[in-house]
Amino acid sequence: MIAAAVLAALATACVLAAEALIRARWTWHAPRTAILLWQSVGVTWGLATTGALLAYALEPYGRGVVHGLAGVLTTFSYGVHDLRDLVRLTALVAGLALLALLVALPLTAGAQTLRARRRHRELLSLIARDEPAVPGVRVVDFPGAAAYCLPGLRSEVVISNGTLSLLSPDELHAVLAHESAHVRERHDLVLLPFAALRRALPWSRLIRDAQASVELLIEMAADDRARRQCSPRRLATALLRFGTATATLPTPDGALGTLGGTPAGPARMPGRPKSTAGANVMARVNRLVRPEATIPAPHRFLILTGSVVLTASALLLWLIPG
Amino acid sequence: MKGLGELERTIMDILWARSAPLTAREVGRLIEDRDLAPTTVMTVLDRLSRKGFLNRTRDGRAWRYQPAASRDAYVAELMLEALDLTGDRDAALTRFAQAVSGSEAEILRRALTELEDH
Repeated sequence: MIAAAVLAALATACVLAAEALIRARWTWHAPRTAILLWQSVGVTWGLATTGALLAYALEPYGRGVVHGLAGVLTTFSYGVHDLRDLVRLTALVAGLALLALLVALPLTAGAQTLRARRRHRELLSLIARDEPAVPGVRVVDFPGAAAYCLPGLRSEVVISNGTLSLLSPDELHAVLAHESAHVRERHDLVLLPFAALRRALPWSRLIRDAQASVELLIEMAADDRARRQCSPRRLATALLRFGTATATLPTPDGALGTLGGTPAGPARMPGRPKSTAGANVMARVNRLVRPEATIPAPHRFLILTGSVVLTASALLLWLIPG
Repeated sequence: MKGLGELERTIMDILWARSAPLTAREVGRLIEDRDLAPTTVMTVLDRLSRKGFLNRTRDGRAWRYQPAASRDAYVAELMLEALDLTGDRDAALTRFAQAVSGSEAEILRRALTELEDH
């Protein structure tokens, strides 16, 4: 019973930690450390929630989750004698279903993402052109401002024609350094499980906010890496130029629309504070222009150790009997 | 000899520039590289059809090929994804920044002027 109770407490602690991380601002001073902490909280939450259900269900066996589960699954029998056993059986089914879901979700999301990227890559090869002024970058003839990275084994950095006329050469250099940072640190893989959870549970405010936090942290991590190669001030002005560029929107049939307003597309989720996009740009600009002291190394080390201990404790609790 | 990818581009450009569907022989004649084997053109047309970029219709003993969608439609498809307007916030791309509007844009514009002055 103890393992189940501790795992349940751990799962609750992870939810509280996520709430705290969403509100926290120290994370902006150490985005990489914060991203690792987010990953650890996410994995621990999954292990603890499923572990609590399974530990409760398998408690009569007294052999812990891993061995108990192996026993039940190999003999394929679970003795039901009274109502209490029935509740335990329900917990067993719920735990296994949740576990399967948490494994399957990122896998299917990954497959879907790969398909979307392949289609995008095929279209790029037919449409994008090389521009002598920016070697190694694909250019799409589109008047609006767009700069992004298509991750993969052969990652590609893509910008629109509009970006070329919007930015000065120094600013363009800064944007490209930022996008290369995404490529090099494989930020798409960090985002994948959060995006998968978000798709599975679109109504969960916590998951939505968590995904948004991680997205912003990844941008900040890329800004930090880019500033080693470019002027942080030019990266900041590039950000502001993008943020204030008139939103030229493509419509699916190929026509272009210019909206004075925010992209009114379905991307703006209901219930999300409207200020987010602009506030995020300002937050990134501020930390580029006025870099505040980073979090001291010992503190960062402490946070990293905490992350490891957190996840390791959930794993241990899967093993201990009772 | 051009690479296959480059040939695909050339052929799409040729077909986008015409309003009528063309046969493989007609496409071959419009390609600048005259030494190109007719089978190569056929192979590339077939590949593009299988990927869904070309539609083909029977015309006697030959096939006539036509783009499945306009060039602009494909540009739009790419940019909708690039600007995160497809509605499903997946992790397929990582984007630089988004345009904002109204009072928010005003704050950003002021910040930009301030930074440019220094």
